[in-house]
Amino acid sequence: MTDPKGFPLNAWYAAAWGHEIGRALTPRRICDKDVVLYRRTDGAVAALEDACWHRLLPLSLGHLKGDQVMCGYHGLVFDASGRCTFMPAQETINPSACVRAFPAVERYRLVWLWMGDPALADPDLVPDFHWNSDAPWVGEGGTFYSLKCNYRLVIDNLMDLTHETYVHAGSIGDDAITRSPFEVTHTDRCVTVERWMENIEPPPFWARNLGRPGHVDRWQIIRFEAPNVVAGDVGVALAGTGARQGDRSEGVNGFFLAAITPETATSCHYFWNFVRNWRPDDEELTKSLTLAHVNDGKGVYDQDHDVLEAQQRAIDRQPRQPFYNLNIDAGALWAHRLIDGMMAKEGRDPKAAPPVGIAAE
Amino acid sequence: MAATDWQPARLRAARALTPDIRLLEIEPATPGAPAPPGSHLGVAVMIGERPDTRSYSLLDSGADGLYRIAVKRLPDSRGGSAYMHGLEPGARLSISGPRNHFGLTPGRPGYLLVAGGIGITPLHAMALALHQAGARFRLLYAARTRRDLALADGLRARIGDRLETFTDDEGGRIDLAAAVADLAPGGEAYLCGPYGMMEAGRRAWAESGRPAQGLRFETFGTGGRHATEAFTVRIPRLSREIVVPRHQTMLEALEAAGIAMIHDCRRGECGLCTVKILDADGTVDHRDVFFSEAQKAANAQLCTCVSRVVGGGITIDTADRAG
Repeated sequence: MTDPKGFPLNAWYAAAWGHEIGRALTPRRICDKDVVLYRRTDGAVAALEDACWHRLLPLSLGHLKGDQVMCGYHGLVFDASGRCTFMPAQETINPSACVRAFPAVERYRLVWLWMGDPALADPDLVPDFHWNSDAPWVGEGGTFYSLKCNYRLVIDNLMDLTHETYVHAGSIGDDAITRSPFEVTHTDRCVTVERWMENIEPPPFWARNLGRPGHVDRWQIIRFEAPNVVAGDVGVALAGTGARQGDRSEGVNGFFLAAITPETATSCHYFWNFVRNWRPDDEELTKSLTLAHVNDGKGVYDQDHDVLEAQQRAIDRQPRQPFYNLNIDAGALWAHRLIDGMMAKEGRDPKAAPPVGIAAE
Repeated sequence: MAATDWQPARLRAARALTPDIRLLEIEPATPGAPAPPGSHLGVAVMIGERPDTRSYSLLDSGADGLYRIAVKRLPDSRGGSAYMHGLEPGARLSISGPRNHFGLTPGRPGYLLVAGGIGITPLHAMALALHQAGARFRLLYAARTRRDLALADGLRARIGDRLETFTDDEGGRIDLAAAVADLAPGGEAYLCGPYGMMEAGRRAWAESGRPAQGLRFETFGTGGRHATEAFTVRIPRLSREIVVPRHQTMLEALEAAGIAMIHDCRRGECGLCTVKILDADGTVDHRDVFFSEAQKAANAQLCTCVSRVVGGGITIDTADRAG
């Protein structure tokens, strides 16, 4: 198969952490559109296309005036819905003048934007990411902005964890992963990859955090919600204490969380977190878990980062070279199937490059 | 700016909605994504021997792969509507777009749609979209006679009593001030219709004290306060006298006579094609939305792409200082 690159537009995509958006103009490229984000005086987040209607200067180079943005070139002003409210040197306003406003909601500590038909922007369609914000889950999280790979490569990475054995040896990687069977199931919106490794020696990361000697039952239940979110239920419990049957009381449980947003056809923003249910008040532990993931090149996500960018470079150098698939890719391929289905519903070809613009201009 | 996305299309079907309004169903060679309400289609037309383009609002999103437009045959038209009325089903067309200069803001607490005559076309698409979204809206649709309410029956079947119709011959008149007052705070109004209705709508909106950007309107640039007639333009600096015929705009006539002009929108919005009025023995029929009412009253300039003169001629100056 060739490598599909496209992304649906009728979906909510994470664009920023809520705490990053304040009374300043924050530019960001989302789904191949330049967007400027800011917080209105009522606390809600506004998102406008980051290009003045007049001469395309990024509005993010202008200033915020109350809830409106003034272009830094000729002073045109646009309100939070994108309507022009001021034009220089004339007594009227051209009725056609506007910039695109993107529906925005803040949920689960993230700001989500709807990049397609605004009439379809139902906040109930924000993918489930509650582990990122709700008790008992604790974690800090971060973002790889402008990660230099197509967003689907990140999904592929997370939907098959056999890579842990090779990319993350010494922390969470373990031969048991490659030896254990897994089951892939799906609905019309989600794909689940479930793997149990029973009665194994815990890998170093989990041994340390369980803090109890002996063999464990280890689980990885990865849930993808189309088109862009992965939540991986992972953990270990003392072997034979019934974790697989539903009793995880003799174990520790975490979720790796990923909201992946296309930036361009060959780059993405990767919002990540690792949340846990043990020692919730231990801030040192929170910090060390963050460092275990991203630490100046030494964390597990730094390792993924290197692999993903190298993979994209290789694809760019040989764009016609197909990918061949293994049995382990079933989860990723179901994820692609759901994404492609969303694109087909929008009348778009998943294998085509992302659109430059949609009909709304 | 000129469209660059021309593609072939075919007139699949056409039928008369009224004696002078025709519904056309256009099938593009390559179906596109559904068009947001307010979008228009560019159509290449022939005016006599000369190719030109016209824009027509889409009646719906075209989600079934067909673009539906309604075209009124205008006696004052420059020839586009006559061309569109003469097309036989199966005719090959060249189309561009759809594009949207009249976008509908989603998520408002209420909407007031006001249509006059053939101005119903973009509001038809908006009403269907708002109805589908479950939004609160009213569509006020006025025409000269009941027979001229070309799209009322189909609309009523789909949006019920959210459609209210008014006809001149039955003494019906839209009370714009009351309609604006009735709109939820934060609501928006969308207008499309003849010049007088648009002016009345703008006035009612301004008097209500609502924010200016909450009133949206689309201009045709074809109608004014006065009937269209030929008039003479004198340019003393260039020693020229140019006749603007009924079926040409002043901008077109000036350019055809070799006068260098700049322009962009050709809809009376951008203000680039304006010229200075030195003297007018006729009445200037300002048909643009670029100048404010005070500026129009002062009569110092006019937008040549849409405005005209009746009952006499006009003396102007252009930017040309080469001579």
